[in-house]
Amino acid sequence: MTTTEPTPEIAVDPNAVNLTINGRPVAARKGELIIAAADRSGDYIPRFCYHPRMSPVGMCRQCLVEVEGPRGPMMVVSCMTPVAEGQVVRTETDQVKRAQEGIIELLLANHPLDCPVCDKGGECPLQDQAFSHGPGESRFIEEKRHYEKPIAISDLVLLDRERCILCDRCTRFADEVAGDALIHFTSRGNNTQVQTFPDEPFSSYFSGNTVQICPVGALTAQPYRFKARPWDLEKTESTCTTCSVGCRITLESSRDELLRYQGVDSDPVNHGWLCDKGRFNFESVKSDARLSNPLVRDGGSLVETSWSSALATAASLITSALRAGGASRVAVLGGARGTNEDAHAWAKLATALGIDSVDAQLGDGLPADVLSYPQATIDEAARASTIILLAPDLKEELPILYLRLRDASEKKRSRILEFTAKESGLTRYAWKSVPYLPGTQPAVVATTLSDAAVAAQTAKGSVVVVVGRSNLAESDEYTMAALDAVMAANPSATVLPVLRRGNVRGALTVGLGRRDAVDILADAVNGEIDCLVLVGADPIADCPDTELARRALAAVPNIIAIDTFATASSSKATVLLPAAAFGEKDGTTTNLEGRVTRLARKVTVNGTSRPDWMVALELADILGHDLGVASVADVHADLVSSNAAFAPATRSALSAHPDGVVLERITTTNSARVVPPVAERPGFGYRLVVGRKLYDNGRNVAESPSLAPLAPGSALHMHPLDLERLGATDGASVKVSGDRTSIVMDVVADESVQRGTVWAAWAQPGANVGELIDSTKWVNDVKVETL
Amino acid sequence: MARLSEENVRLAKEIIGRYPRARSATIPLLHLAQQQDGHVTNEAMAHIGELVGATSAEVYGTASFYEMFKFEPVGKYLINICGTMSCALMGAEDLMHHAEHRLGVKLGGTTDDGMFTLERAECQAACTEAPCLQVNYRYRFRVTDADFDSLVDDLKSGRLNDEIPAHGTVARVRQHIPLDRGVGAVPPEDVTEAPAWMDGKAAL
Repeated sequence: MTTTEPTPEIAVDPNAVNLTINGRPVAARKGELIIAAADRSGDYIPRFCYHPRMSPVGMCRQCLVEVEGPRGPMMVVSCMTPVAEGQVVRTETDQVKRAQEGIIELLLANHPLDCPVCDKGGECPLQDQAFSHGPGESRFIEEKRHYEKPIAISDLVLLDRERCILCDRCTRFADEVAGDALIHFTSRGNNTQVQTFPDEPFSSYFSGNTVQICPVGALTAQPYRFKARPWDLEKTESTCTTCSVGCRITLESSRDELLRYQGVDSDPVNHGWLCDKGRFNFESVKSDARLSNPLVRDGGSLVETSWSSALATAASLITSALRAGGASRVAVLGGARGTNEDAHAWAKLATALGIDSVDAQLGDGLPADVLSYPQATIDEAARASTIILLAPDLKEELPILYLRLRDASEKKRSRILEFTAKESGLTRYAWKSVPYLPGTQPAVVATTLSDAAVAAQTAKGSVVVVVGRSNLAESDEYTMAALDAVMAANPSATVLPVLRRGNVRGALTVGLGRRDAVDILADAVNGEIDCLVLVGADPIADCPDTELARRALAAVPNIIAIDTFATASSSKATVLLPAAAFGEKDGTTTNLEGRVTRLARKVTVNGTSRPDWMVALELADILGHDLGVASVADVHADLVSSNAAFAPATRSALSAHPDGVVLERITTTNSARVVPPVAERPGFGYRLVVGRKLYDNGRNVAESPSLAPLAPGSALHMHPLDLERLGATDGASVKVSGDRTSIVMDVVADESVQRGTVWAAWAQPGANVGELIDSTKWVNDVKVETL
Repeated sequence: MARLSEENVRLAKEIIGRYPRARSATIPLLHLAQQQDGHVTNEAMAHIGELVGATSAEVYGTASFYEMFKFEPVGKYLINICGTMSCALMGAEDLMHHAEHRLGVKLGGTTDDGMFTLERAECQAACTEAPCLQVNYRYRFRVTDADFDSLVDDLKSGRLNDEIPAHGTVARVRQHIPLDRGVGAVPPEDVTEAPAWMDGKAAL
């Protein structure tokens, strides 16, 4: 600012409201509700329906308080009444107590009081407030209302209508927050009940949240039912690493067994919400299929051995590869599923050994330089005037980010401009959804942005580009070129990269993205890699080009894998080391916006599993390299001191800020990209689009008994008119052929698929669409034939 | 039993056009569905959801609030006998017993031939004419047992077809509002001028 005019000091905040609660002056914001102001002033008002993240409805009437009015004190519901200047509020008078006791008595009239067998007993707002604000006895002697109990309203959630107090929290959540209004109040009066539509379950990805916010035990979660009593649970705050949103959670365990995750309200990230995949995949941590001891290949099979001998074998494999052909003959893939410390230790080891073939992604993300664009946080995206989506279906990949952006659109803060090859979960909330044929994205983006109405919109205020890998069967260069097109049209735009693997951003920031995994795997196929280290990576399952990954792993003489499970890739290892899983190790993680938060160890490791960082340190030791660190705290301190981006994420800063610390934003100028050719629509066949569904074949889901059945399975989605042209009917089996091979898939009529394209979900039980993807091609076209 | 017919979809779209927000047409469309099938089918509710942009659960939630929407098949004639104060004092209980015997069903039941469903109703606001009943919501006043019998005979023989249509028909004459006479699909907050039907009288 160069202005010399003195800015006048604002003496009075125009948004400040002064009121009195229980005789004490309280300052509040204009529009704030009395119940929220009272919370801050320490005057707790009992409540059931009020939830700070949802609109107030005044449903339960428990929060009645007395407000001085023109005709004396009046009873008002404090969750519906905004504060006013000079307002006099009393929350503890005899009249208030009488009213609150009356409500409790009324709510308990039909409540079954089966607390001893109820999951909620011990952490139940109704139970607690019946003690603190109830009359202690009831005049109700009649028969209570009876319903069948419980009924399953989805595969994960059960509803006991007898316990329900009709607070409207779950139904409001489903409608307002999740946008899946699949549960609703039905009937009327004494018969009012929460119900789904007949035979249409509450199959929302966010259904678990309703269990957490239910103020009674009406909604219970299948994976946790009757597993523990709340007073037996030990809780620790941590961060979910199922995807890269990094929701804050509590890990809750009893007798050294993880039993439940609950969402923590982190204002910059998850607002207390979790997706069901993140909430319930704790089951995979305690799966019987977990590796518990090191395995070394002896003859044809993997044989259990001690850590010392397994590590010695691993070290000798690395040494002999280094001796035979130098560091170029060793490659490291992975590191995106662990902690920052895991990744940093492996990056240090790779550097010490001179290994350059290192990638945390598996050809399924974006080039690492997407992080060098001007960066945006989730909050900045959810506040932007325009959100431009060059992203996969966020509802399927990063569900809580979907909630945040949906909220931005629904509350009219932001307009969403979406570019997509197939309709996504956000399409219905988008201001404009522009379809494009794979291979034409940069051109379509450039044309759209030059449209006068679009240009007027982007000129209105901040622009955040949400960029990720939307199609695994299309080169990522198209998305990057599209991003460059946006940046050229809007130079002040910022970028929120949505790479999906839990700690992919941390791994790339510490340097685990030196070469593209697809190039590394191609080297392996050519016999140029002697030793491949897989740090929690499964290229056969995760690299879009299945054939490439399979041939690469077959061609590498020695594979060292560190993994929690024997996967398609790790089971091919010469040395397979059991890794500590989420919840079993300390450290920090970095979410997609670069926010570093702490992870907590809650349970002891499975068998003799060790965290990835420890394996790196021990291998370094055997290989004669002193990395100068000996504990997870050392690794963290070394990371903070050696990596400029991590400088703000000191131990003390992380302790002081449970919501995390955002990495230093380091923006570099990128060299111009080779603009890929515009791939024209072929005269024959269909262009392949491969996206993800929330539930898939991944270990997190497949090893969680409650989640595994929810994977939709492999199918080929086609526009109904294309299906008609093909002469096939919905559900028929068709032959899908790429250049290399053919697979048989069931076909599904789906209007959200563009004509001329076919869509399939990645990594589903059944036929593997990865067989059809050739990573060396700009786009992949397939032929579809009836059988 | 199914989704709305092609003709009814056309009607549904006309009805939706009368409202600034499509969802506002939910209840009129439920009546349309009930007129089509005699009761509101699940398929029709799902179809209405598609038409007005609501989930099936939301449509069901709305529909189930109202006593007059039936989710199970009911007879061609739904007979509601009032049992509230005035009618009860004037012999509604006896009338109900007689009706049960005459039709051979209990209150709430439907005759085997699908002609009659018998229900007990709350006050129908005809207390001076007690005991009263409604057949498909058409009144009969000061009903005696003999009146009831002749009513049933008349309904069976078709003598009352002109007066009393089958259950689900709210009115035989359907209201048609040309689109230019409707409020139009403008959200209320965006309306700045008086609607067309006021013919400029708003200034008064």
